[in-house]
Amino acid sequence: MSLPTILFWILAVISILSAIGVVVAKNPVHSVLLLIVTFFTITGFYILLNAQFLAVVHIIVYAGAIMVLFLFVIMLMNLNASGEPQKNNLVKFAGVVAGGLLLIVLVAALKKADTGMLIQGSTNIGLIQNLGKVLFKDFVLPFEVSSILFLSAMIGAIVIGKKD
Amino acid sequence: MPIQNYIWLSIALFSIGVIGVLIRRNAIVIFMCIELMLNAVNLLLVAFSKYHHDASAQIFVFFIMVVAAAEVSVGLAIIVMVYRHTKSVDVNILNRLKN
Repeated sequence: MSLPTILFWILAVISILSAIGVVVAKNPVHSVLLLIVTFFTITGFYILLNAQFLAVVHIIVYAGAIMVLFLFVIMLMNLNASGEPQKNNLVKFAGVVAGGLLLIVLVAALKKADTGMLIQGSTNIGLIQNLGKVLFKDFVLPFEVSSILFLSAMIGAIVIGKKD
Repeated sequence: MPIQNYIWLSIALFSIGVIGVLIRRNAIVIFMCIELMLNAVNLLLVAFSKYHHDASAQIFVFFIMVVAAAEVSVGLAIIVMVYRHTKSVDVNILNRLKN
């Protein structure tokens, strides 16, 4: 086995285990920390797939901004582990069965799909020069619309969070 | 490395996110499971971007990140307001929208 394949399997095991940990952890702070571990493994996959710019942006946006926001909100609310009411076991069992059925359906649908091998070696489509050219030539209008979306989200968060 | 490996990994992460949304009652943990599902989709888009040697998919991942950030900021503001009114983030309390 080559080095990228070994790295893929190590990262895959870590990401699946920490994703399960996010769901089953009793304390919300532990869920946040395990989710950060999952995001770092996803960054590792981006680097394996030669998407270097997205890997850096993923670290900055998710680990740097979104998860810090989650931690702030959890610490503002002062939630303790025993305070969260649990769903009863029947509902939990039904939820796991429904999710497992979704997994089985997706695997069965894609098992016979006609796919090939990923190109070995490095490509330069994930570099910032190439992505910037595509973003500002082909996707200028969506880029500007996303800035308006951000502005409205910012104003909306302030209006909702204001004391009335 | 066949691309099937990335497909199975993304399906597994997405299903774990769906199960988390279904079995948890804490609104913040439900939000984190939604983030998990968005990231599974992002990972698959990047894998297919390398497979087809096309940069457009990575721009789509960029826009999904923008939408996720906007969603989290508004959603957490709503959760803080709900907590201020009900002193709880349990989604079962929210089954009636009045009062």
